[in-house]
Amino acid sequence: MKKLKLKELESRLQEVDGFENPKLLLEQYPTRPHIAACMLYTIHNTFDDIENKVVADLGCGCGVLSIGAAMLGAGLCVGFDIDEDALEIFTRNVEEFELTNVDMIQCDVCSLCNKMPKVFDTVIMNPPFGTKNNKGTDMAFLKTALGMARTAVYSLHKSSTREHIQKKAAEWKVKIEIIAELRYDLPALYNFHKKKSVSFPILNTFSIQKLCNITFHSQQVAWVNRKPA
Amino acid sequence: MKLLTHNLLSSHVRGVGTRGFPLRLQATEVRINPVEFNPDFVARMIPKVEWAALVQAANTLNLTEVPKEPTEGYEQDETFLRKMHHVLLEVDVLEGTLQCPESGRLFPISRGIPNMLLNDEETET
Repeated sequence: MKKLKLKELESRLQEVDGFENPKLLLEQYPTRPHIAACMLYTIHNTFDDIENKVVADLGCGCGVLSIGAAMLGAGLCVGFDIDEDALEIFTRNVEEFELTNVDMIQCDVCSLCNKMPKVFDTVIMNPPFGTKNNKGTDMAFLKTALGMARTAVYSLHKSSTREHIQKKAAEWKVKIEIIAELRYDLPALYNFHKKKSVSFPILNTFSIQKLCNITFHSQQVAWVNRKPA
Repeated sequence: MKLLTHNLLSSHVRGVGTRGFPLRLQATEVRINPVEFNPDFVARMIPKVEWAALVQAANTLNLTEVPKEPTEGYEQDETFLRKMHHVLLEVDVLEGTLQCPESGRLFPISRGIPNMLLNDEETET
């Protein structure tokens, strides 16, 4: 039985390597250790949806969420991502953390909708927001996740999309519950040095809505545009 | 790719529907990785595993015989649970292929990772 404290989890997740050359169009950025730790800790301690469960991480990227879930005692954690470069880094991370309960698949999560019904206990994810010519991706991820999960889906979303998600949830007849709200600061990973700094409305709240079988975490992302070094 | 993971995967090629399971496994390189034995997790998984698919995959890899079905009272049978733990979690297919039973489409497995990316024509809209 793993009794990892929140601070320890966060500190270990800080060791996870991120993207070397993040791909803009895939909205690649690592989930920050603080957010990942809070999210996973809540899922584990409050809802008991990680330990001894089969967990899927959709859009796993370099694997922060999967690694955290594995450390909290998931029976098996399977990461899904479209990008082989990300999966390579994920593999390296898994080796460095010496985890043995992690697997990964390269595929397009959006094309899995309805194809793997109820095969995972829990789905966790930090899906692309759909801001880079990929509008609707976050909802496609959600739809896929809902199909794959037996018990619950835990997902991070911007608070500004909350109403839209609630509407969709009603349409899909799933219960949604906000579990937590977290501020999410994201340092600029992409080099927009030709532009002036861009500001986004900062809601600084991360809402998790829990639906019967679905738990949404909403996050507001504050983009900080840094000048190139 | 572990056999438990294989047991969860279906083909999502267009038009295949529910006939995309199980994916036919061929392996050219397999590794055994020790994984800490967790009897609670294994016992939980036994009723959820698609047994025929598991037996088929294990036979393809020439693994010690997996019983045709779980033994009665398996939850307390440590020998059985350890055997299943080994088959489901410790056998890692590093190189090989997964084949859609309906369309014949091959998905390569390389460095333990199945590549299930489809091209546009193969994807269900």
